[in-house]
Amino acid sequence: MSVALLGWSILLAQVLLAAAMGCAAFRVLRGPRAQDRVLALDTLYINAAMLLLVFGIRTGSTHYFEAALLIALLGFVATAALSKFLMRGEVIE
Amino acid sequence: MTRWLPYPLLTLALLAAWLLLAESLSPGAFLLGALVALLASWVLAVLAPPKARLRRLGAVPGLLAMVLVEVVRSNNAVARIILRPGGARPPRSGFVRIPLDLRNPYGLAALACILTATPGTVWVEYDSSDGTMLLHVLDLIDEEAWVRIIKDRWERRLMEIFE
Amino acid sequence: MTQAANLPLWAALPVALLLLTGAGLGLIGSVGLLRLRNFYERIHAPTLATTLGIGFILLASALHFSVLQSRPVLHEVLIAVLMVITTPVTLMLLARAALYRDRREGDPEVPPLPPQVSRPQRRDG
Repeated sequence: MSVALLGWSILLAQVLLAAAMGCAAFRVLRGPRAQDRVLALDTLYINAAMLLLVFGIRTGSTHYFEAALLIALLGFVATAALSKFLMRGEVIE
Repeated sequence: MTRWLPYPLLTLALLAAWLLLAESLSPGAFLLGALVALLASWVLAVLAPPKARLRRLGAVPGLLAMVLVEVVRSNNAVARIILRPGGARPPRSGFVRIPLDLRNPYGLAALACILTATPGTVWVEYDSSDGTMLLHVLDLIDEEAWVRIIKDRWERRLMEIFE
Repeated sequence: MTQAANLPLWAALPVALLLLTGAGLGLIGSVGLLRLRNFYERIHAPTLATTLGIGFILLASALHFSVLQSRPVLHEVLIAVLMVITTPVTLMLLARAALYRDRREGDPEVPPLPPQVSRPQRRDG
């Protein structure tokens, strides 16, 4: 009972998150402006971190946690640098 | 004490983060974590940021609980707006400029984080010369109401804590 | 799905619920990116994923591993703290960058700079 329940809800959560990544990826490609793409990229990173956490629950391994932590960290740095770039035209002043 | 341990709270938080990452409470992990945390706090002391003084620490848990309630409430509200059939059209979204009495930089940072972290409002900019901030609100039905909400719900409490 | 077998029902039920709610909020946030009309409306959408969405999934993960390994597994707190600290910063930076770009192009939709100063002081850099 609990195996089926958890298995199906993990699968459904993965499908939902994959769809979310699809939406964000569509917005990255579509734009229309650079800030829309950066915002969508940030969303994509967060959805990816969530998907990795769900993978971790599915396989019962805690290694995915570290990957999710790294992705969240890299997503922050990337978005901050890109917004800085949008504002000034250069990352380091 | 102040020379060797300039930021006790930060040092403790870094040590806790280290122990959580290492997932062990062994003496080795503890020693290494304490060393890293101490070094990091010395680096921060060299940078010398302006001192933050928390007036009323007792009001902080209440504030955090309020933020949590507000985050849940506005998650629900924003999800409703997005899922509204026939195109996600909020009644009216827009910018609102709000005059603030709060001047403490840490208080302003806390206010900015609270407002941006709750879905539906994003802090856009702060003008330090006349102390107004620009806020973008997804569901801007009544500007006056938003000004009142910000001032009564958040600014007053943050001023109690920080000023 | 090999490890899930060891989880008792009383733990599997909340884990499943938390997972589905969190993933659903993530999806709603991303759908908002598609459905809302302009950038300043769209910037509100991902906060659903970064607050409660990832929060619920982190809770599910912490509960799952704590029950599975019968010891408290709390390192999920680190991601939660990271998200709490970083999300407002990225969104504020992005909103300010967008406002700066729109103002420079003379977009009538965005509010102009306050009249008495030429540039706001950059405190948060």
